[in-house]
Amino acid sequence: MTEVTSATRPTPGGEPVPWSVAVREWVAEIGIPRLLILLFLVALLVTAVITRMDLASLLTDSLARAGRNGILVLALLPAVQGGIGLNFGLPLGIVCGLVGCVIALNAGITGWAWLAAACGIAVALAVPVGLAYGWLLNRTRGQEMMVGTYLGFAIVSGMSIFWLAAPFTNPTLVWAIGGKGLRTTLTLSGAFDKLLDRFGAFKIFGVTIPTGTLLAFAIACALVGLFFRTRIGIAISAARSNPRFARAAGISDALTRVQATVLTTVLAAIGIVVFSQSYGFVQLYTAPLLMAFPAVACLLIGGASVTRATLTHVIVGTFLFQSILTVALPVTSQVVQGDISETARLIIQNGMILYALTRRGDKA
Amino acid sequence: MPALVLELRNIAKEYYGNRVLKGVSLQVRPGTIHALVGENGAGKSTLMNVLFGMGVIRDTGGYQGDIVLEGKVVRFDSPDDAMQAGIGMVHQEFMLIPGFAVAENIKLNREPTKKTFLSRVFGKKLEQVDRDRCGSDARASLDLVGLSVDEWAPVAGMPVGHMQFIEIAREVDKQNVRLLIFDEPTAVLTESEATQLLQVMKVLAGKGLGILFITHRLDEVLEVADDITVLRDGEVVGQLDPKQTTVARIAELMVGRAAAIGHPGLRAGAKTGTPALEVRDLSVRMPGERVESVSFELRKGEILGLAGLAGHGKIGIANGLMGLFPARGEVLKDGRPLALNDPRAAIHSRLAFVSEDRRGVGILPDESIELNIALTAIEAQGRFLRPGPLEPLRLLDGRHVRRHALEMIQALDIRCTGPKQHVRRLSGGNQQKVCLARAMTLEPDTLMVSEPTRGIDVGAKERVLDLLRQLNRDRGLSLLVTSSELAELRSICDRIAVVYHGKIQAILAPDASDVEFGLAMSGESQGAKP
Repeated sequence: MTEVTSATRPTPGGEPVPWSVAVREWVAEIGIPRLLILLFLVALLVTAVITRMDLASLLTDSLARAGRNGILVLALLPAVQGGIGLNFGLPLGIVCGLVGCVIALNAGITGWAWLAAACGIAVALAVPVGLAYGWLLNRTRGQEMMVGTYLGFAIVSGMSIFWLAAPFTNPTLVWAIGGKGLRTTLTLSGAFDKLLDRFGAFKIFGVTIPTGTLLAFAIACALVGLFFRTRIGIAISAARSNPRFARAAGISDALTRVQATVLTTVLAAIGIVVFSQSYGFVQLYTAPLLMAFPAVACLLIGGASVTRATLTHVIVGTFLFQSILTVALPVTSQVVQGDISETARLIIQNGMILYALTRRGDKA
Repeated sequence: MPALVLELRNIAKEYYGNRVLKGVSLQVRPGTIHALVGENGAGKSTLMNVLFGMGVIRDTGGYQGDIVLEGKVVRFDSPDDAMQAGIGMVHQEFMLIPGFAVAENIKLNREPTKKTFLSRVFGKKLEQVDRDRCGSDARASLDLVGLSVDEWAPVAGMPVGHMQFIEIAREVDKQNVRLLIFDEPTAVLTESEATQLLQVMKVLAGKGLGILFITHRLDEVLEVADDITVLRDGEVVGQLDPKQTTVARIAELMVGRAAAIGHPGLRAGAKTGTPALEVRDLSVRMPGERVESVSFELRKGEILGLAGLAGHGKIGIANGLMGLFPARGEVLKDGRPLALNDPRAAIHSRLAFVSEDRRGVGILPDESIELNIALTAIEAQGRFLRPGPLEPLRLLDGRHVRRHALEMIQALDIRCTGPKQHVRRLSGGNQQKVCLARAMTLEPDTLMVSEPTRGIDVGAKERVLDLLRQLNRDRGLSLLVTSSELAELRSICDRIAVVYHGKIQAILAPDASDVEFGLAMSGESQGAKP
């Protein structure tokens, strides 16, 4: 949209600002933690170049990981926009997606049909689950993040029993001995391993671009972006921004919160299907337990706060955080003996979440 | 005993260039009750903040003048200092711990203690609380204020009246108290409790304490006060002897303004028009602004004002009509019943509302001007949306929103850098115009505006009022304007209803005398309804 000048009038704060102030504002805008993380990533890449590592393969891995995790990070956006904060209950949607994956696998569906079936079942399950979760969050206002965390833990444990007891029969899925209960990791071998990653993939300067997965992430982002420009989406944002204003406009914030929760759950369900196909494995049992945390860290590193998040935050955060994870392991093992990348990941991930929680309400 | 407990000498205070106290002086003699009366915004709270050394005063540049406590000039850095020096405060809001017993609340942090083995070794902090003395001390204080509750009963669940008396008992219990301040203590009390409280105040004064009594209720003032100071616009406008004055005289001093009344003259249409809004027995449960069975008519094309002191319910009326607080009663809009407790229904019946709580209800501070203006119309009326099959999923028509915002910015003269500017960055007056623009976007035929000029600087005030007049004249809107500033109501309204204790006390013409308004606001008159 073009900036309109006809109505522009000088304001008290309108005069040009000195550049030192501009720099300070710029740093404040980006945030010191994000700047440090960015510098850390740059330092890692420089080290990688100095130590003659294969930069192309590092970048290939970074892109693949970012695309793989993108929709899971995006799933957090409606929750923040809807006023329920960072959705630590992401595993709720994730298990819906996993059930979709497994049912489609069990039926012997392969290829694109498997992807479609898995997504379809995932969404069908995620909608009622999201409604129930939203209802619960409305009853526990102000503690959404804690409730989500514990609910996620409980659901993952409950589902562990389900994976063991559910009547899946496909011999490629169940334990070889005994013939009952799903294996912990299901392999998507052959026709549909990395289905999206390989779709339209091409090489440029030795870097493989996982076109399909990135495209899926982009389309999901675009759809969510458009959704927040619909009447319903605007209502969700307005109710988060000022519930009393919303009520005066005839918006029920109890309803918009449920809508936001359904959307976050559905996106998480789709996100894990995309994640699984890109990863090549469907991970069951306790695998989803901690999946919310890296996603939350991604969003926060991207610049979101507990009360405000944008698509830019999602995209920047996903690529930044996932790149660090990919690059840190080989680089650090190159430089120091032993592996500190997992330690670095945990420090960055949980430190970022902690930091965001201390900033809570700053911009409210 | 010194001649004065407290003397304030020329206290002045500025907030960001806005002088809220302009040299206030008053004296409290021991053993007497000194009443401080004034409208909202007269400067009473600021004066108390100065006296109590509240942080807000220091943070905004301190104050000028002297506070003299028992002959010594004092300057408190914190409320704690003020309490140490012997000033007790009975708050409007209760500062009691619900889970603690009455006696524990009264003696909190001042408990009498006994030495124990541990305290002999580790010092005074580990002495044991002497519960017997705690109880007996509390009993004595409670008896003094005439409250017969068990001193070991928990505070939780007690009626507000009891809490008020416990609060007083706590202040009385402090050994060094020389001066007690009552900040509108009777606001939450029933009639009989209020009478009892006034008795207690007299007893306390009889014991030699000085009492500073802040209130709106003028009849109470005449009943108990030994001296009266009337504050208006940060100035002392009168120091009266209750024996030689009347409620009417105090009311006139409180309200009266030298400013000329720019009353436009009654228009014939407004006088006889059919009602736009008929309100019968409306009750609204708005905390602090309860409305108890109000009936009135808003005629087509007229500007009706709602006046009254804070806490009497004038604010609650428009909020109740708009469905923002639980309401009961019967309301007809253009002769058709209006569903209460449903903001959407109110908007659909072409009613629009500009809230008194601009920051809380009126704006989305971190959204653009254009979205703020269009939002209610988008959500409640489905406008500014592109065509689409699924109504809730239709996309925003950004160009239409922009065009409309530009029109409004021009029409209402909103000073901004453009329609994308965040509303938080605008001045109060321009935020108010955004609120008006949003209400106008709904294309209402009846507009309710509460506190249209609150928190706006003087120049902008006049512009906002002009805008209201213009809407009324050019677009034929019926207006219901609620305001704490009588002068501004008198300058734009055709009729002014005065609300007292949740009811309409009188409906007056804007050129009625100050005395009439003052009496109606303090519930003393039974004004004729014109």
